[in-house]
Amino acid sequence: MTSMNTVANQRWKALAAHRLFWPVAVLLALLVANVIYRPSFLSIELLQGHLYGSLIDIVRLSAPLILVALGMTLVIATGGIDLSVGSVVAICGAIACLRISQQSDQNSVGGVLSALAVAMVLSLVLGAWNGLLVAGIGIQPIIATLLLMVAGRGLAQLITSGQIITINSSPYKLIGAGFWLTLPFAIFIAVAVTVVAALVTRRTALGMLIEAVGGNAEASRLAGIRSRRFIFTVYVFSAFCAGIAGFMITSNVSSADGNSAGLWIELDAILAVVIGGTSLAGGRFSIGGTILGALIIQTLTTTVYSINITPQTSLLFKALVVIIVCLVQSPAFRASLAHRFRRAAPRPPAPPGPTSPDAPVAEIAVEETPMEVQR
Amino acid sequence: MSVQTAGLTWDRVRSYRPPQRYIPVLATLALLVVMYSIGVSNYRAFSNVQVILNVFIDNGFLVVVGVGMTFVILTGGIDLSVGSVVAMTTMIVSSMLQNGAWPAPVVLVVALLAGPALGFVMGCIIHYFNIQPFIVTLAGMFFARGMCTWISTSAIPIADPTWETLAQSRIRFGSSNFVSPSVVIAFAVVLIAVYVLGYTRIGRNTYAVGGNQQSALLMGLPVGRTKIAVYTISGLCSAIGGILFSFYTLSGYPLGAIGMELDAIAAVVIGGTLLTGGSGYVLGTVLGVLTLGLIQTLITFDGTLSSWWTKIVIGALLFAFILLQRLIGLARKIR
Repeated sequence: MTSMNTVANQRWKALAAHRLFWPVAVLLALLVANVIYRPSFLSIELLQGHLYGSLIDIVRLSAPLILVALGMTLVIATGGIDLSVGSVVAICGAIACLRISQQSDQNSVGGVLSALAVAMVLSLVLGAWNGLLVAGIGIQPIIATLLLMVAGRGLAQLITSGQIITINSSPYKLIGAGFWLTLPFAIFIAVAVTVVAALVTRRTALGMLIEAVGGNAEASRLAGIRSRRFIFTVYVFSAFCAGIAGFMITSNVSSADGNSAGLWIELDAILAVVIGGTSLAGGRFSIGGTILGALIIQTLTTTVYSINITPQTSLLFKALVVIIVCLVQSPAFRASLAHRFRRAAPRPPAPPGPTSPDAPVAEIAVEETPMEVQR
Repeated sequence: MSVQTAGLTWDRVRSYRPPQRYIPVLATLALLVVMYSIGVSNYRAFSNVQVILNVFIDNGFLVVVGVGMTFVILTGGIDLSVGSVVAMTTMIVSSMLQNGAWPAPVVLVVALLAGPALGFVMGCIIHYFNIQPFIVTLAGMFFARGMCTWISTSAIPIADPTWETLAQSRIRFGSSNFVSPSVVIAFAVVLIAVYVLGYTRIGRNTYAVGGNQQSALLMGLPVGRTKIAVYTISGLCSAIGGILFSFYTLSGYPLGAIGMELDAIAAVVIGGTLLTGGSGYVLGTVLGVLTLGLIQTLITFDGTLSSWWTKIVIGALLFAFILLQRLIGLARKIR
């Protein structure tokens, strides 16, 4: 009896120590709160061949955030940060809408594809610029990308001449607001990019190399890893993801506004990454956690709208959730809870890696690199 | 003989190199002079002293916010909440003054307490729970912005006589030049900050923590207290900035001062403060704000350039200064 209890206890401890435990718990708590408030929350119905429902909405609206957060995850894993994604969203959305609005037939698929190609190339160029500043010149990532964040808004307005470009193109509208196989098309794009990223990073050594660079760029360079090349690549990938998110966001409203498209999405993306358990110090990342983080943020926004909290106070809730999640993930906070009666001494920065040495991270994780394979 | 002395003096002048820590500030000063002479040579009205004074009148709040940001960045941290705290302060002021509900001095005290209180809490979370300043102040930013809309979702005008007097009065000097009381307050804050950073214990601790936190800890300096103090100071500066902003706009607007944190960070960087911490001056930040204001003024004087060029030019300037910082850093390493 006692032994069974201990086993159950140990299992529970192992589960609670798992990196994805808290994000999943928060997401479930939010969903349960919704169901309690509105029992019809989970219902999904089929209307005109499309699935409708709150859950579908949450997933559809979180697709751009998932993409941006995905790129951000890899950037943060190398110990960097990309503040420019919001501006990249605005620039790519603007250039795509501008190219489409200049065409005589806005509904031609070829025309839309060529516009997308131009915008994608531009997003790669912007990412290469960030990568060059960080990996080439060696500027701090937060500053290097702050440049494009400030100047990029100006560039986006330059592209749209300060106007809001409205377009009427059904192929373009499909990206953000359309349906395919009864599901929103945006979900397929987000899932496809996520799967490719997960496969490339976790089924090859790439993910571990990125983590190695984030853990210690100099050490990994001495170990023979071309760390600069990896750092450069993740910034390009991040801008590429932001570009696709820009298509979704502008296509959802069929217009491009250089000022407001993708505003603050970099903050939401960083939050999603942090909530998902990726350490901002770099050195490890969890794609599954990031997806959960993005879903949590979107669910939170939807919850605030659906429960009778005025949308204006949603930011207060966001702030509270962020702080709670961060505190729960902070080893120092857990330690001070555990030794509440002792005086919590200030601790040196926590090393990147599992929060406790006995945390069985690799056991349950799906896309996890085994932690025993030390960098 | 005299020729020889003159030659020696000239040699000394020629071989003089300003201390390396002043180079970024001097570069900003040089840039300012260049920009000002471009303005003077192109536009006749630009040479009026009032043009410069107007820059200060329009950016007095940014000077104060930038001063607070300088403290935080000197420790190697960052405070993203300043813009929201400015807006929150204007909302507190305008809602409490509505219909003369509270006397002006009480409002002033409450408004000046809210910002530092939030800063103190953020500092404590950053220090005791070891969470990145970036994330904590981001949450603080959401919190303060949420408080704004919680107080009211629409703009509240301020009709208090004290506020109106302070907002509209002008301090005249010379023949036709004037500044607003806000500018005087801003300069008082700058002078106090210069004194605190240069001549007090907490100032030296700030530089020490930013230079190398581990060394500061080993030297027995109160690292935690210093970190909490700088975020509280930043909160206080944002609150003062909010009061000045409420003088400037004579209203509280929940969506006001969006993006001010970026302007403040840009001003600090252009002013030559290293973002890794440990090196920089408050006066540099003042020059940084002046640079941002002059860009705006030049674009306004030109008349043909659209407003978004401001952002592009600021981005380009930031790039130039960061490159300069990087080169100085490399030079230091090589030595």
